[in-house]
Amino acid sequence: MIGITSMGAYIPYRRISRAIIAREWGRRALKGERSVANSDEDCITMSVEAAMNCLRSIERSATDGFYFASTSAPYKEKSNAGLAATACDLKDDIITADFANSLRAGTSALKAALDLVSTGTVKNVLVAAADCRSGYPKSDQEQLIGDGAASLAVGGSNVIASFEAFYAVNNEIVDIWRNPEDTYIRTGESRFIMEQGYNLSMKKVVDGILKKTGLKPQDFKKIVLSAPDLRANLGVAKKCGFEPAQVQDALMTEVGNCGTAQPLMLLIAALEEAQPGDLILLAAYGNGADAFIFKATEKIKESAGASSLKKYLHTKTSLPSYTKYLSFRGLLEGEPGEPFRTLPSNAPYWRDQKGILRFYGSKCKKCGESVFPIQRICNGCGAKDEYEEMACAEKTARMFTYTIDNLAGRSDDPTIVQSVVDADDGTRFYMLMTDCDTTEAKIGMEVEFTFRRIYEGADFHNYFWKCRPVRKGGE
Amino acid sequence: MTIKDKVAIAGAGCSKFGERWDCGFSDLVIESSSEALKDAGIGLEDVQACFVGQLVQPLTGVGASTVFDALKLKGIPVIRNENWCTSGTVALIEASMAVASGCYDIVMAIGVEKLKDSGYPGLGAGRGMNQVYEARRTAPGSFGLIATRYFQQYGLTMEEGKALIGKIAVKNHHNGSLSPRAHFHNEITLEDVLKAPIIAYPLGLYDCCGNSDGSACVIVMNPDLARKYREDPIYIKGFGMAADPLLPNARPNFSWTSFDALVKSSAQAYKMAGITDPRHEIDLAEVHDCFSITELAIYEDFGFSPRGRARDDIESGFFELTGGLPVNSDGGLKCFGHPVGASGLRMAYEVYKQLQGKVDNPKRQIRNVSRGLAHTFGGAPQVSALVILGNEKG
Repeated sequence: MIGITSMGAYIPYRRISRAIIAREWGRRALKGERSVANSDEDCITMSVEAAMNCLRSIERSATDGFYFASTSAPYKEKSNAGLAATACDLKDDIITADFANSLRAGTSALKAALDLVSTGTVKNVLVAAADCRSGYPKSDQEQLIGDGAASLAVGGSNVIASFEAFYAVNNEIVDIWRNPEDTYIRTGESRFIMEQGYNLSMKKVVDGILKKTGLKPQDFKKIVLSAPDLRANLGVAKKCGFEPAQVQDALMTEVGNCGTAQPLMLLIAALEEAQPGDLILLAAYGNGADAFIFKATEKIKESAGASSLKKYLHTKTSLPSYTKYLSFRGLLEGEPGEPFRTLPSNAPYWRDQKGILRFYGSKCKKCGESVFPIQRICNGCGAKDEYEEMACAEKTARMFTYTIDNLAGRSDDPTIVQSVVDADDGTRFYMLMTDCDTTEAKIGMEVEFTFRRIYEGADFHNYFWKCRPVRKGGE
Repeated sequence: MTIKDKVAIAGAGCSKFGERWDCGFSDLVIESSSEALKDAGIGLEDVQACFVGQLVQPLTGVGASTVFDALKLKGIPVIRNENWCTSGTVALIEASMAVASGCYDIVMAIGVEKLKDSGYPGLGAGRGMNQVYEARRTAPGSFGLIATRYFQQYGLTMEEGKALIGKIAVKNHHNGSLSPRAHFHNEITLEDVLKAPIIAYPLGLYDCCGNSDGSACVIVMNPDLARKYREDPIYIKGFGMAADPLLPNARPNFSWTSFDALVKSSAQAYKMAGITDPRHEIDLAEVHDCFSITELAIYEDFGFSPRGRARDDIESGFFELTGGLPVNSDGGLKCFGHPVGASGLRMAYEVYKQLQGKVDNPKRQIRNVSRGLAHTFGGAPQVSALVILGNEKG
């Protein structure tokens, strides 16, 4: 049996009410709010967080593939999958691949992973999809889009949802697109693109997979449809013969349409509620459509809550202004600050990736002192090259001291909480705190680690780990 | 081994500190060295070796070239160090060892920095050991971490803590107002300190030192020769320098309220100078008040105040000009300014003048002084360096 073995989701902490966006343009607000990636987040960091959640319930060392999907990846040329896989601390002898450009890239990656595992050449593939797209200021898309990531592990044992069927249709249509130089999404005339694009292809693919399998709408517990707006998915479901209660809520009023990640995130939402034996139909749009049928197994009961989707849905804070939203996305550039004085370069960034990306410190075999980053000579006892490498990403820690630094900030993030935190095993870290209100900083507060973008030194993206307050949800 | 009385300072000079838009790097070097040479009664041609303290500015100036080119020093050793904020002190230590070794009789130590030509008002972000981890590290941010922790360890509320360190800033501004060559001359009140914009909480604007241009220069000689040039040479009584590896923010169990580099460097210097009770045996001290909290930490790590009790001494005025141990009589880094490589030698200049009774403004001349200390502290990771000077042999 091949199928999904684990799930992980990620939704950024920041949300913005659509009413705040609409007010700036003097137009009617769409319902609800949308998620907004922090200024230090991008598709790599979001997919890493989703994939790390996915990896909590499966064997990291048994993962031998990583597929990354996004239409808004930070690198246009260079492996994004390889970068995310490294930050997830996956082993080196794995297959990595980037899926891009199409809004179906997430489901393309999922299908490719299922196919790859079915060949038997690899056993477990992690799929991670993330998007961080921008609609034109004043457009509906600006309000409808959300930022987020989802990750699914595909394998042949301990399957929580078995892969039952697949069907796809192609539909060449210029409906939603971005040219290479475009920051914003372009859209065709709305009635045309909905009728001849989304509605047409989605109905075709759902009808097609039902016909192919001989299944009927009432055989399904849930139909999961990617959703470009607040109601089109309900229309397609109805036309295909499904009841409204069968339609998976698309999280459009909480998160928004997070592109390639959306179908996977919604599948996770459906599986979080599924009982053994439940059939789920997933269909995703992108100039054509992909459809899948999954069946929940007995193991589904053990996976409840593991994806962290609900935790993220309830862990949020509202951006106070549209200006802040624009600045987070780099659309409104503030006055440049002083340049950074210690510029990185390609070689040390590559050489130090065990610390920078994989977040390893060292533990002295002689005296037991644990430090980050890796030290060849122990500061505690002087032992040379007698240490074991120590993974730090999953540690939790407490604030030892901090400062709220106005000088280190830039327009995107004017106030930086410089933090020194102690892990439970005594390892000490200096890092920046993110996803926080600066007034939250307190000695003794519990923090966890999250992979973030630091800056664009040497004209490439420099990532490292930050800390953030541990939130139990609902805060 | 000790250097005590083996080397004497026979001349010293200090440029005006501040925003020296009027002059370049060479002008600063010429300004301080001309005063030092005149004070010693020698010419440039008498200098046998030169040690330079200069951290980074101007960025194009690497090696000691900028200094020897400015002064047209020909055919002699010119050696530069860039040991963070201690560079000026280290240049003086190197010059002293060069004389004590017997290799040279007349050596120049000069420190200089032209920070204001960088095009930016501050030192900027990005310090420490790693370009990525520490891309957003700033100087105020690094020292703010000490303040937060000190307040926590000694049970001070943020408000109490800020008021405590604020008194150090008020003191140094008062002293600076009496120093013609200081960057700032304004007296401030505690209210000013507490109302000032926050730079790196809990540190506000007045907790941070000036970002300045400046240069200072000292001529060291063997003591017998020095006495031929002047009646009142000042003797090197001891020095200390200590490094403190592994960034404090990576070091398990590091307290953040006491620094090994401070404790160990001062212990070395006290031992050389034969000092066992620094609180009573040191008559004045110039210490590294890059931030008000740093001066507080130094009071305790140098043994000026008992551990955890600096508060009592700050509140009693012990470190003021009229107190038992005046600290930063010229305004310190806070007010005199901090052209990084020059600062250690500027401090030596003040101590030298105080010990001779020749301070440029009699209002800050401290009476009956015989031993003074000049200290700088930098990093990260930390390095601390100090020299102890005396106006009598023995």
